[in-house]
Amino acid sequence: KQLFIQGNAETRLEALGYRIGFVLVEKIAKDLPRLITELERMKFLCKEFWTAVFGRQVDNLRTNHQGIYVVQDNKFFILTSFPEGKQYVEESAIYLAFPCGIIRGALYNLGITSLVTSSVENVPAVKFHVHMQQKS
Amino acid sequence: MSKQTKFPMGIDSKKISGELFTLTYGALVAELLRDLESPLAVNRQLDKMGYNIGLRLADDLLAKNSQIQRCTDMHQVADVLAKVALRSYLGVTAQVSNWNARNDEFSLVLESNPLAEFVEVPPELAQDLRYSQILCGTIRGALEMMHMEVQTFIVQEHSQSVEIRVKFIRILEESVPPGDD
Repeated sequence: KQLFIQGNAETRLEALGYRIGFVLVEKIAKDLPRLITELERMKFLCKEFWTAVFGRQVDNLRTNHQGIYVVQDNKFFILTSFPEGKQYVEESAIYLAFPCGIIRGALYNLGITSLVTSSVENVPAVKFHVHMQQKS
Repeated sequence: MSKQTKFPMGIDSKKISGELFTLTYGALVAELLRDLESPLAVNRQLDKMGYNIGLRLADDLLAKNSQIQRCTDMHQVADVLAKVALRSYLGVTAQVSNWNARNDEFSLVLESNPLAEFVEVPPELAQDLRYSQILCGTIRGALEMMHMEVQTFIVQEHSQSVEIRVKFIRILEESVPPGDD
């Protein structure tokens, strides 16, 4: 019963990250000019926010212009202590729940409601998939 | 991305990833409080986590700071902890004080506590909760890797300063597993 209320490890880590991203983005964005479009906000996320929080810029940002963005970081800081290659792809998933939450929290505080998932093909390169949720 | 965004202020990447650390630790403590519901149980859990961190961190510290020599007494250990270890990982230095007569017990006083930078412990928890207990565990774990058994506890803790007492117990003997030369 307890477990049901609190969710599994992954959702809890994600929720932790969400809080942190929510707070962090305020500190980072407070002196920047207002970000108007969705694309501007995504660019802010990939440049300033990413550099400040994850220590480097993202390598690639792609979008289908229909609310799906793919952010690629070829050397994600959490996975840098993992051996490179395909060996630990499965194990790396749990380590990425937390940064997914950070990204979702940051975007939420920028006014974008989204769903963030991650995928890894080759450690330490990570793709974060951001699905914008339409506001009703 | 053709146009560069103008920054009113330069962003110090080191400092802000420190904020990530501080916030993450805060979220961890809050989550533990929700989970365990007793501040004393949270202290124990933080200590255990710190211990496991310390076991690994000792290796990292020695690998990155080759100038650290073998310590022959607790004064040297205290110096390394206060000046090198805390500086590398938390960006602060501590004062070493209150040596006891036998020179096996001392206090580390951190004038500023980076873990508690944005934190205000609610008054109803302040009595029991040792917010920075993880530091004690880390020191204990790291020294255990150096074959020193110590006791560590927080003497007092305010929002900006924390005093950690370290007491030397004994030297752990090198034990070689049987059949392993």
